[in-house]
Amino acid sequence: MSDNVRDAGYDDFLDALADGEGYYLECENGHGSLPPRRVCPHCGSREVTETALPETGTVESATEIHVPTPSFADDAPYVVAVVDFGSVRLTGQVRGADDIESGLEVEPGLDETETEGERLLVFEPR
Amino acid sequence: MTNVRVAGVGLTHFGTHPERTSRDLFAEAGLAALDDAGVDSADVEAVHYGNFMGELSEHQGHQGPLAAEALGLDVPATRYESACASSGVALRQAVKNVRNSETDVVVVGGAERMNNLETAESTEALAIAADDLYEVKAGMTFPGAYALMASAYFEQFGGTREDLANVAVKNHEHALGNDHAQYQREITVEDALDSPPVATPLHLYDACPVTDGASAAVLVSEDYAETNGIDAGVAVTGTGQGGDKMALQDRENVATSPAATDAATEAYDDAGVGPDDVDVAEVHDCFTIAEVLATESLGFFETGEGVTAAREGVTTREGDLPVNLSGGLKAKGHPVGATGVSQVAELTKLLRGDHHNSEYVPDAEVGVAHNAGGTVASATVHVLQEVEQ
Repeated sequence: MSDNVRDAGYDDFLDALADGEGYYLECENGHGSLPPRRVCPHCGSREVTETALPETGTVESATEIHVPTPSFADDAPYVVAVVDFGSVRLTGQVRGADDIESGLEVEPGLDETETEGERLLVFEPR
Repeated sequence: MTNVRVAGVGLTHFGTHPERTSRDLFAEAGLAALDDAGVDSADVEAVHYGNFMGELSEHQGHQGPLAAEALGLDVPATRYESACASSGVALRQAVKNVRNSETDVVVVGGAERMNNLETAESTEALAIAADDLYEVKAGMTFPGAYALMASAYFEQFGGTREDLANVAVKNHEHALGNDHAQYQREITVEDALDSPPVATPLHLYDACPVTDGASAAVLVSEDYAETNGIDAGVAVTGTGQGGDKMALQDRENVATSPAATDAATEAYDDAGVGPDDVDVAEVHDCFTIAEVLATESLGFFETGEGVTAAREGVTTREGDLPVNLSGGLKAKGHPVGATGVSQVAELTKLLRGDHHNSEYVPDAEVGVAHNAGGTVASATVHVLQEVEQ
């Protein structure tokens, strides 16, 4: 896999998040998911439209990872969290918070990994 | 529909064998299973083989023919990949093949070589069972994913690290006397609590080890067993498989494993039994929390009650429902692609009465095997029963 080739849908989603215009896909039944999707993974609806991501979400579950993959060797330890934005959840790293518990309100954004400088979905406390 | 019997089973030692190729590991397990079955190799009609990460660890694709060749067989052979449930899904297809009378004799099994990789490399290889774009690129690891499930479980249902440590202590105790097990040493709750963190709240002793090993079973039709005088006193009476969203973020509830619940429901219905009929179970405890989730999905305990059962010792060998008498993935080891069929090997011995822990379940008639892929985005459940011959 060449590092120069984008992952259509996914990289567009990150671009938008970096520009402060994050979005997700919502189906006609209100289920959220992330691109690329041609159908809603929850109900099979083919009516999925880009919908603005709420400005903040709440941490649903978090873990501090001490044993990383090589791509995150210099990043560890770091906190990965699943964050609830209402109809959709995002997974990313929480930065700039000492005490990370469920219910913590965070904003999504884009940063880079320390190890390889790759784009990284991050959350920061509101 | 033909009834499916387990004619024989075979396992290698599960442990650290970095120099051994998976083809050699599978040859040892497969030939042991054929010997145990007393079946003529010439009668084997197909090989169903599970392997997860051979492309990464051995630079080897197209593994089906290689697996058959390792047993000296020139028959249709297929490799199945479903992460840690790879040989569980291989088993399911093998069972269906025999049931449909497409074949009378099949070898099913799996193998994994992992310790030829450095820890960081094997961590990366295991991570490919998660969603690459939305989990792995965020720094998720396999232990990290189960840690998120454990955190969510504690939050919703209660439970502590100490509760989970009981699972590890139990499974280490169960592995004592299992000559195939990676670890045959007791640990204490304190050992588990004091071990270094891997992904909080999970520590090193919450996690299964990195393991090299192989498993195999010879499945035959009831007619073949009777015609050829094969001693096959255990039947596979139920098979089920379930699926869920790949990434945790897309699950309805991060603290449950509905794919395994679906697989269990299907397998129980297929066998005509229910959770109350089960005497002994081998479940997929890649992490301590995974055993808790498994025992709930199998219907042994209500959702949110599995951790209490673990704390109270219900699932120990002296308890009402012994779980993982082999030592489980935690102590027996987890050669990923071999695990599903290794559970069947252990259950077969428990039902036959020639297992190292048989004395604890002398009257066992019904056993259940629960094999999970990734964070239970895929799962298989199989019911095994002792039969009159």
